Amino acid sequence: MYEGVVQNLIDELGLLPGVGPKSAQRIAFHVLAADPADVKRLAHALLEVKEKVRFCRICGNVAAEDECRICRDPRRDPQVICVVEESKDVVAIEKTREFRGRYHVLGGAISPIDGIGPDDLKIRELMARLADGQVTELILATDPNLEGEATATYLARLVKPMGLKVTRLASGLPVGGDLEYADEVTLGRAFEGRRLLDV
Amino acid sequence: MGRASLTGVHVASLSLTDYRSYAGVDLMLEPGPTAFVGPNGQGKTNLVEALGYLATHSSHRVATDAPLVRHGAQRAVIRSVVVKDDRRALIELEINPGRANRARVNRSPVPRPRDALGLLRTVLFAPEDLALVKGDPSERRRFVDELLVARAPRLAGVRADYDRVLKQRNALLRTIAASGGGRRRGARRQDEEAGFAAAGAGDVLATLEIWDAHLVRHGAELTAARLELVDALRPMAAKAYATLAPSSGLADLDYRCSADEGKLSTDIPQLGITREDIAERLRAALAEVRRTELARGVTLIGPHRDDLQLRLGELPARGYASHGESWSFALALRLAAYDLLRSDGGDPVLILDDVFAELDDQRRRRLTEIVAPAEQVLITAAVAGDVPPELAGARFDVTEGTVTRVR
Ligand SMILES: Nc1ncnc2c1ncn2[C@@H]1O[C@H](COP(=O)(O)OP(=O)(O)OP(=O)(O)O)[C@@H](O)[C@H]1O
Ligand SMILES: [Mg+2]
Ligand SMILES: [Zn+2]
Repeated sequence: MYEGVVQNLIDELGLLPGVGPKSAQRIAFHVLAADPADVKRLAHALLEVKEKVRFCRICGNVAAEDECRICRDPRRDPQVICVVEESKDVVAIEKTREFRGRYHVLGGAISPIDGIGPDDLKIRELMARLADGQVTELILATDPNLEGEATATYLARLVKPMGLKVTRLASGLPVGGDLEYADEVTLGRAFEGRRLLDV
Repeated sequence: MGRASLTGVHVASLSLTDYRSYAGVDLMLEPGPTAFVGPNGQGKTNLVEALGYLATHSSHRVATDAPLVRHGAQRAVIRSVVVKDDRRALIELEINPGRANRARVNRSPVPRPRDALGLLRTVLFAPEDLALVKGDPSERRRFVDELLVARAPRLAGVRADYDRVLKQRNALLRTIAASGGGRRRGARRQDEEAGFAAAGAGDVLATLEIWDAHLVRHGAELTAARLELVDALRPMAAKAYATLAPSSGLADLDYRCSADEGKLSTDIPQLGITREDIAERLRAALAEVRRTELARGVTLIGPHRDDLQLRLGELPARGYASHGESWSFALALRLAAYDLLRSDGGDPVLILDDVFAELDDQRRRRLTEIVAPAEQVLITAAVAGDVPPELAGARFDVTEGTVTRVR
């Protein structure tokens, strides 16, 4: 335990995803030793991102307004939702031009090591979107790694009673990696070749 | 003694940067026996340990990587040119304690360090091997898994996946246990029954089922591979032990699964057990220990809790075998590993770290006979007299961290 303000900082940092007590301590002491101007810039960046960037109230994607560009676009197919972990995955999939439906950004994947369970993801919001029965296909495009697979299986089981078509991107994506690392062609192919997920 | 034709692998060079006591060292090596000789603590083992690390991505002396990096340095680098059937490969491995290692093959980075496994195969004998017989099950699991990966590098991925699932599942079980998992029995049972319908605690159990499925899938694959390996290793270990200690009892191996209270033994591959059978047993065993796991917050079933039981005659070696018998058994396991690797793809590089000094005349002679024909044998010894004359070849003197070729 350190003096009040230092411990405060360590505690706050420790709340960040993927930051354990050891790392929190290391970051805190890095900040203590850093140039005041650098620290000001960091603090400013933190505040600014909170003030200026918003998340789409429908899909959770980063947005400049209440709703993101994709959710506002009437040409996008409202019957298909593609579920991804992060906003950066939306960017990766958009580049393939394979997908004309809408997205849902979970904000991560189930990972007990990082203290992330289903309640920490935007799953309740997804269920609400599915409630009116308009959506006919749910594409689970979580990362092709253990945590992404686990999250996909969880979601597939959760929506099973709703009877909609649930698909998963075809294999062929680099296993163990992040979706965003796949090149456009590979990702596009994985989209085309998506398979029914049976749980 | 004539050497067999060069069908195996040999190391043509070894360079270290900030590895253990070495700021930098470069050695040219050749097939046949090579001895590193010098007083205690001068850096002989450090050299051969580095080669072992390059082959297995772990040290035979320490469980963590921090001690491998020279005191005061940030990272260590091991570089080696490995020659197989006249093809040369430059393997480079950067050790970053606490972070991911990085590897390059022929100057091209590989996506994951484990993609560089399999180019160099070694069998390393060392005084630490006594722990194979006397130590915890984890020592024997490591022996089996390293051999698995040497034979089929793809299995490094299976192991990594299993370890990851295990970590996730343990983290989840810990959370459940901390929130009163075992103690609030009544409440817990309700949650369990409510299953997916319930929010909150029910969610936790629903996710546990998903980790169960992953644990079973990867666990069954790893277990099946281990069973098959032990089955192949068994006669080789018995033969090697009989050669080293002809007057002692019969040595045997038995793979014991946590999933079946040990009933799933090595006899089973012959009975035609499939990976699906193993998965079925894992699932059943997990269901049986569910309550205890929820209370204790740790995964109790799976290959991470299995053991390779060693037996001499009717008795388990651990706890019963004499010191000499234990030593012979440890050597027999390494010799069996050597036999097995040779039987499916050419000689591995043999490394004998300080072993001759520990052996009596008879075992020293037997071991010498077996290893002398190998394509490459690297030996460390404190005094030149510890190296059997049949293994006289190239020699390096090691003093105060300088390595000098003297023969
Ligand atoms: N990370 C490190 N940084 C600096 N020096 C180290 C490091 N790790 C080990 N050493 C030094 O290396 C030496 C041990 O080297 P090594 O184990 O190779 O000895 P050896 O020649 O095999 O001796 P023996 O004959 O006793 O087995 C010790 O003096 C130790 O202090
Ligand atoms: Mg030594
Ligand atoms: Zn949106």
